[in-house]
Amino acid sequence: MKNNSVINIALVGNPNTGKTSLFNQLTGLKQKVGNYPGITVDKKQGKCKISETLTAEIIDLPGTYSINPSTLDETIVLDTLLNENNQAFPDAVVVVAEVENLKRNLLLFSQIKDLKIPTILAINMVDQMDRKGISINVEALKKELKSEVVLISSRKNIGIDTLKKELQNYKNWDTETLANISEKIDPNFFNELKSEFSGNSLYKSWLLITQQPNCHFLSENQHIKIDSFKKNIDKIKKYQHKETIYRYQIINKILKKTYKVDKTIATDLRSKLDRILTHKIFGYVIFATILLLIFQSIFEWASFPMDLIDTVFASLSELAKNNLPPGTFTNLIAEGVIPGIGGVLIFIPQIAILFLFISVLEETGYMSRVVFLMDKIMRKFGMSGKSVIPLISGTACAIPAIMASRNISDWKERLITILVVPFTTCSARLPVYAILISLIIPSKRVLGIFNLQGLTLMGLYLLGFTASILSAILLHKVLKIKSRSFFVIEMPNYKLPSVKNVFYEVVEKTKAFIFGAGKIILALSIVLWFLASNGSDSFTNAEQIVKAEPSSKNLSEEALQKKIASYKLEKSYIGTMGKTIEPVIKPMGYDWKIGIALISSFAAREVFVGALATIYSVESEGEDVGTIKQRMAAEVNPVTGKKRFNFATGMSLLLFYAFAMQCIGTLAIVKRETKSWKWPLLQVTGMGALAYIVSVITFNILS
Amino acid sequence: MGDTIGSLRIGEVGVIEDFCLDVIPLNLLEMGCLPGKKVKLLQVAPLKDPLYIKVNGSHLAIRKDMANLINITKL
Repeated sequence: MKNNSVINIALVGNPNTGKTSLFNQLTGLKQKVGNYPGITVDKKQGKCKISETLTAEIIDLPGTYSINPSTLDETIVLDTLLNENNQAFPDAVVVVAEVENLKRNLLLFSQIKDLKIPTILAINMVDQMDRKGISINVEALKKELKSEVVLISSRKNIGIDTLKKELQNYKNWDTETLANISEKIDPNFFNELKSEFSGNSLYKSWLLITQQPNCHFLSENQHIKIDSFKKNIDKIKKYQHKETIYRYQIINKILKKTYKVDKTIATDLRSKLDRILTHKIFGYVIFATILLLIFQSIFEWASFPMDLIDTVFASLSELAKNNLPPGTFTNLIAEGVIPGIGGVLIFIPQIAILFLFISVLEETGYMSRVVFLMDKIMRKFGMSGKSVIPLISGTACAIPAIMASRNISDWKERLITILVVPFTTCSARLPVYAILISLIIPSKRVLGIFNLQGLTLMGLYLLGFTASILSAILLHKVLKIKSRSFFVIEMPNYKLPSVKNVFYEVVEKTKAFIFGAGKIILALSIVLWFLASNGSDSFTNAEQIVKAEPSSKNLSEEALQKKIASYKLEKSYIGTMGKTIEPVIKPMGYDWKIGIALISSFAAREVFVGALATIYSVESEGEDVGTIKQRMAAEVNPVTGKKRFNFATGMSLLLFYAFAMQCIGTLAIVKRETKSWKWPLLQVTGMGALAYIVSVITFNILS
Repeated sequence: MGDTIGSLRIGEVGVIEDFCLDVIPLNLLEMGCLPGKKVKLLQVAPLKDPLYIKVNGSHLAIRKDMANLINITKL
């Protein structure tokens, strides 16, 4: 039994009803994002004190139009509400509806009500009722719906206290059903259903046979019964249609008595904005301008805090080295942990800025117009208009981007989106690009206004998008997946973004990145440090071996130390690994040190810079030589005597990082989202082969 | 041939015919696109697809191939 003083309350509602805003209002910053067991969909929950003695664990379920799911997100709602044994099973449900679309919102309400879970209706955005000429007879609505109803405005903080007060009383709510489906559709069929599953509400049994929920909580016997009912698919489909019509009839009847709209007041701002934003020329011009603005801001606004983080962590490392007693522990801190943490934090500015924009675009309702505008074009590439959001999010990080593809209902379109997203230039590639570009491209102006380095970066972004589009076209041709699903999107009304919602969204997404990808990056930095500072016998005896060499005799003390350090690196575990792959990477123009960086960045690209930093700082032993970039610029190819990072090697590396699939986090998410190793394997091999071939060709042409 | 949502011109209104019930996918029905309801074509995307409609109080975008399946009577 659950503790009496903590209850689960689920928030359910259509998208765009301000459900998340209510969630933020109820929980404040006391929220966390977890995973549903076995599935990747984020579960947002937070604590809310609803009275002195009662605390609620509020669960924000994904937005859905109906309990019959058509996307993965929506399946969560069904699964959560059907499985009574689940720890997250709600004691009460708040259905959040929006005052303007009450009719459609009530469909979902009626379905949930029929599950006989205590349910309350919260009608949101009531502050706009006057302006829109809407009036509601709340008392009559309560009676008709056999439920408690509260009018709220989550943005203006209206009615929240009333909602909390009502929630205290959830045990006394009427759990009578609204729609009597059995009588209206086929009494014989439903009576049989009722007697077969006597423990359930009739509607629950009906959902069990019409949907494929995560039924692991059912007994084998029940599964057999379900299958026998499922035999006549056509009949079931017909009944589902009838059920929906019937529900709307009930809702219409109820609203006729309780809900009035004075149409003369309705404004026309929406259609005017629609006409401009989806215009065949202006629509695209506006979208392109917004994209340009986003990318511009990512660089302009993020470069200062990123440089700051870089410098701060470089000096922290030095500080630790100089002030802690020398030894393995100090080295671990100064060369492993601190650069590792810095390597994670450096992404925060860009990720935060990108999510700021995306969240504003979604909040205002503009994103739906982009989907509308882009759908036909994207379909030529085997994707959907909805793929635009993952592709844009991919410029921050492929992991949330791939999760954002969950609302694409067509499996083939969704799969292609997932497969090509890793080509977009994510922020993990940026530090690699940034440092390589600054080494090989001169910072000069072309045509008066453009910075050559900036243009190169822009070119790499375009390259990423082009690669994802071209591979999508290829996959579209090659993949023989028959899928038949229906594209429907709601075009929500425009609204001003709420600062609070945007803020929470940015904080949550950034936190998810730091604690998700961050853990991998930090752990790898430490592993890397260990592999670089340990090795076999010749590593341990490095000092004697080097000193014994005849060529070491005339060296100064400083030069001798340097020689020992680089000998050590060569003989360390990681050095041995680098040496092993050197023959393979030589055609691309890399040596074993870059090989080390490649090996370590197979798990996460951004480790490249940190790896080189670790390698060169291990090598420089003690005497710190400024930032990573300075160390890289000073690196010399012993064979040619010229700079290691010359134009040909630099370009080859840039292109390798543009195409190769080097991110364990993304592979793991692709595996989970596609439920198969086949697709992540395809990404590793396909993208890896492309990267290798392009880099080899580039290096050989340029050198 | 009768009219479908796909044959509406911008600003035109039609009523969804009763026999369409089986043609309309469940998720579209649930969003308010029901037989007997008025459909108004608000906008057409630049490449003639998808269509932006208002039906039963909902503002929706649907693809042309689906719109062509839903029969209506023009008003």
